[in-house]
Amino acid sequence: MPDELRPTPKIRARGRSFLALVLSPEPMLADWLAGLDAQIARSSTFFAGKPVILDLSLLNAQTEGLADLYPALRARGIRIIGIEGGDTSWPACAQWDWPAGFMGGRASGAVEIPEDSAPPPPEAPRGSSMIIEQPIRSGQVIMNPDGDIIIVGSVGSGAEVTAGGSIHVYGALRGRAIAGMNGQPDARIFAQSMQAELLAIDGYYITAEEIDPRYVQQPAQIVLSNDTLVVQPLVPPAFAGRKS
Amino acid sequence: MAKVLVVTSGKGGVGKTTSTAALGAALAQTGQNVVVVDFDVGLRNLDLVMGAERRVVFDLINVIQGDAKLSQALIRDKRIETLSILPASQTRDKDALTAEGVARVMQELREKFDWVICDSPAGIERGAQLAMYHADYAIVVTNPEVSSVRDSDRIIGMLDSTTEKAKGGGKVEKHLLLTRYDPARAARGEMLRIEDVLEILSIPLLGIIPESEEVLRASNLGAPVTLSSPDSPPARAYAEAARRLEGEKLEVTVPTERKGLFARLFKGRN
Repeated sequence: MPDELRPTPKIRARGRSFLALVLSPEPMLADWLAGLDAQIARSSTFFAGKPVILDLSLLNAQTEGLADLYPALRARGIRIIGIEGGDTSWPACAQWDWPAGFMGGRASGAVEIPEDSAPPPPEAPRGSSMIIEQPIRSGQVIMNPDGDIIIVGSVGSGAEVTAGGSIHVYGALRGRAIAGMNGQPDARIFAQSMQAELLAIDGYYITAEEIDPRYVQQPAQIVLSNDTLVVQPLVPPAFAGRKS
Repeated sequence: MAKVLVVTSGKGGVGKTTSTAALGAALAQTGQNVVVVDFDVGLRNLDLVMGAERRVVFDLINVIQGDAKLSQALIRDKRIETLSILPASQTRDKDALTAEGVARVMQELREKFDWVICDSPAGIERGAQLAMYHADYAIVVTNPEVSSVRDSDRIIGMLDSTTEKAKGGGKVEKHLLLTRYDPARAARGEMLRIEDVLEILSIPLLGIIPESEEVLRASNLGAPVTLSSPDSPPARAYAEAARRLEGEKLEVTVPTERKGLFARLFKGRN
């Protein structure tokens, strides 16, 4: 079929409306930014993914700190899609990356900024365990500040596992294990084959050299007792006495 | 006055870490204070070759980021009292190395030691550049094969342009360490000849380390070859290289194709 006979495809567009937020900074920009930071602290995700129009009508070319306003907002993850009430000719704004403005738009009143539901409880509940079913390779860092880490597999030399709670390794522990990272002295480290490079609980640590060779490559657990890390063979209590 | 030495090559697997450990041990054996510094952040090996991997708690990155003091990260060798190692981090990458942080650590090391030997990572990127930046001397480790020689040539160019010395109008003193040299294969023409390598790179020769199983055995034992088998040909070659570093004028005993001479120099290997 010759080209001219082929129908030009028709492009369809659909409409979608977003509510853009309009921010109107006020003089004493440092104070205004501090207020914004406080707001973000209370409602961390409020600006995430939201288009923002920056309204400069309360400011003028001489406002102190104006040049840094745009970068400061960008640094806070605020996505500015338009700037109004200002002038590109203001020297302080010359370096700004002025977005192409939008036409139209309808004012829709003040937007309530929701507050994050109650601040996180001071004692994070234990129990949000992390279960990993593959070997941890050298150089990998696994971290679960809130709870235990359970690894069904081995931890390679040069890998690092850090948990707020305990660490369980159903395999060989050849890397580093750091348990009780947020100050939980009752956290423990368990390994099916103890070959760790470094063991730490609640900030107290021992290196491989300090592990009793009797427990190396054996099932073992590490507990913190009187600020000292103690390596114990992992034997069920009923059989412990009968160990030859 | 401390001397800062970088062991570099561009190419990987030519023997930088082995040479760092062997030369560090050889220099320390003369009673001088030596520290070997692993710059291969993310792929650390020097601790293994030195047999210190079971005592690593803090590393270079911890010191750079101020999480640990230098004295906490330094590991004293168990065999030679005057030898220390500053390990790299395995869990970070080279971006964790900052120019200011490295400068601060190097300054502190200069105050503590007679020799600071930096084991460079392979490549020509950030890690390698920071490893060489503060060097007074460079040991360019090269295998007698074309790819290694070309990479070394590139590194020599960088030593002459991107180091602190070069930027200050000075020059990093460069030495060639030819490693994994196999005289039998060289005789058969399967390797570049020493003269060819020297002609291409045109820097003074520090030593020729013969290819040897002893080297592999030593790294598996976690001991520098100069300590694990001091009478082996590679260990003796490293020991002589160390003496040349100290300024001794020793003729480089080239294991030439002349079998008689070679056999005399390195008995038990031909």
